[in-house]
Amino acid sequence: MTAVWFGVTRLARDRSALIGLMLIAMLVLSAVLAPVLATHPDDVFELHPSERLKEPSGAHWLGTDRMGADVYSRLLFGARITILIGLIAVGASLAIGVPIGLVAGYHHGWVSDLLMRVSDIFLAVPQVVLAIAIAQTLGPSLPNVILALSVTYWPWFARVVYAETRTLQKEVFIESTAALGASPWRLTVLHVLPNIASPIIVRASIGMGFTILTAAALGFLGLGPPPPTPEWGRTIAESREFLPDAWWYATAPGLAIFLTVMGFNLLGDGLRDVLDPRLRRSGPARDG
Amino acid sequence: MRLLALALHRLLWFAPTLLGLLVVTFVISRVIPADPVALVAGETATPAQVEALRRELGYDRPLPVQFVDYLARLARGDMGTSLFTRRPIVADLAHRLPATLELTVAAMLVSVLVGIPLGVLSALWRNSLLDHALRVLTVSGLAIAGFWLGIMLQLLFSMRLGWTPLNGRLPGFPPRGLTGLYLVDAALTWDWGTFGLALQHLALPAATLAFPALATLVRFTRAGVLDVMQSNFVLYERAMGLPRPLIVWKYILRSALTSTVTQIGLLFGILLAGAVVTEAVFDWPGIGTYAVSSIVRSDYNAVMGFTVWAGAIFIVVNLLVDVAHTLVDPRERAS
Repeated sequence: MTAVWFGVTRLARDRSALIGLMLIAMLVLSAVLAPVLATHPDDVFELHPSERLKEPSGAHWLGTDRMGADVYSRLLFGARITILIGLIAVGASLAIGVPIGLVAGYHHGWVSDLLMRVSDIFLAVPQVVLAIAIAQTLGPSLPNVILALSVTYWPWFARVVYAETRTLQKEVFIESTAALGASPWRLTVLHVLPNIASPIIVRASIGMGFTILTAAALGFLGLGPPPPTPEWGRTIAESREFLPDAWWYATAPGLAIFLTVMGFNLLGDGLRDVLDPRLRRSGPARDG
Repeated sequence: MRLLALALHRLLWFAPTLLGLLVVTFVISRVIPADPVALVAGETATPAQVEALRRELGYDRPLPVQFVDYLARLARGDMGTSLFTRRPIVADLAHRLPATLELTVAAMLVSVLVGIPLGVLSALWRNSLLDHALRVLTVSGLAIAGFWLGIMLQLLFSMRLGWTPLNGRLPGFPPRGLTGLYLVDAALTWDWGTFGLALQHLALPAATLAFPALATLVRFTRAGVLDVMQSNFVLYERAMGLPRPLIVWKYILRSALTSTVTQIGLLFGILLAGAVVTEAVFDWPGIGTYAVSSIVRSDYNAVMGFTVWAGAIFIVVNLLVDVAHTLVDPRERAS
């Protein structure tokens, strides 16, 4: 318990982690309180042709889109979709990738080769392309986007965990623990896993952002949840034909993606500093 | 010798990996709900005509038979015909390859040549002004959506300032040459006017594509160098009184760059993936645009062709990364 409290206070003192936490809190608040915070909560589904492409003003803080809907209100509801996609896709990828990486890294032989080759197959094509193919095959919808992202992201975890486990195996303390008669199960879960937690967390933090970015790219290419869902990537695609005049229409959702992904990245950085004992002990670099 | 053994071992896995990739894409491409034959036949075709076309294209046979047939033709270098353009897919891909190659290599060069030195400096001068500035840059590069960055650059530099063209690769005819890389061809034929034009067209897409890769490299190089700087052997070397430049440029960099070499391999994936979306934003006539439009048109011969192409390249790059990793990390060789 003390250790957890220690971690939390350290995290709160880390400036970038704090900014990250604040950005994520903003995202979560926007998503949860979207109906309250929105100035035009009905604009997700309603059309106001007379209000089309209005500049930002007191009535429409971030202007209006091609349907005359309030950009700011739609952004808030879009946050819900973003959180949902990121959490489920990264969670599923972790659940598949980490065990596979551990098993492949610990064992030497054909099982290990086979597992890594299977993950190579998935890594052999750019994630966006495979995700596009899957999303297009299954049809554009929110569950299909999440499925496509999960199926394509887990090999990144498998690869990182595999590489780290292999490196760690050469450490003396692992060798000596094995010599003491620790079972492979005990060795991997109690000794290997905690020591490779920080690279997994760094990868998960990048992964959260990466997944949200890829989801936005799918939306941009028209493969996300269908309209009138206020998905951010699709909104940017819709806005292109109104450039350069309706600059706010393209700028606002892009900034929302940017801040969201930055929040997860910064939090990940902070977590790494707290969780990595080597960095913790050393504090500021001794080498100037 | 160990290096050779490793390379051979990996090469042995090349064929099964590619085969696995083919099975995955084949299965995905053939469970498409839309009937591609009906799409090709057009809306006015009668059901009988559609069936005739299906037989002609060989799509009425069982899937395993189609798959084996596909493999046999692939082995002869025949990827089939695009259902949409009715041209051989190999020709389509070859025609578009130089555009993608030019864009990807430009972005790779920018990110490696700029990213690695910046990452090293950032680690050496930890917590300096430069380190903080780079941190902001790195965080931004990893957080920005490539397609949005491209659109914003277009908005600023093309639409508002008018400094660069909005999209495309070159107006009018390409320069004479063999490579199809406009910059190289223009330089070889001493056609500097075209060279400048091609460079102007390349600037925005290359910058868009390079930015996230550059951020990744700075981040990992910095982390790698910091990690090594705190290891015991560096402490020992300092205790022995070795001069700092020697420790940094010889011992630390050598150790730190092992993880960066792996990163460059992964970077290639980021760039290939980024190229797909970047090309879509800038109407860059490359393979990425081809892949996206093929997927959207359910042209699954073309999708398979693209997948095989991208997969083969990526597997080869991974192989090279493994060999390079062994070369720079003596610990790997000893095992």
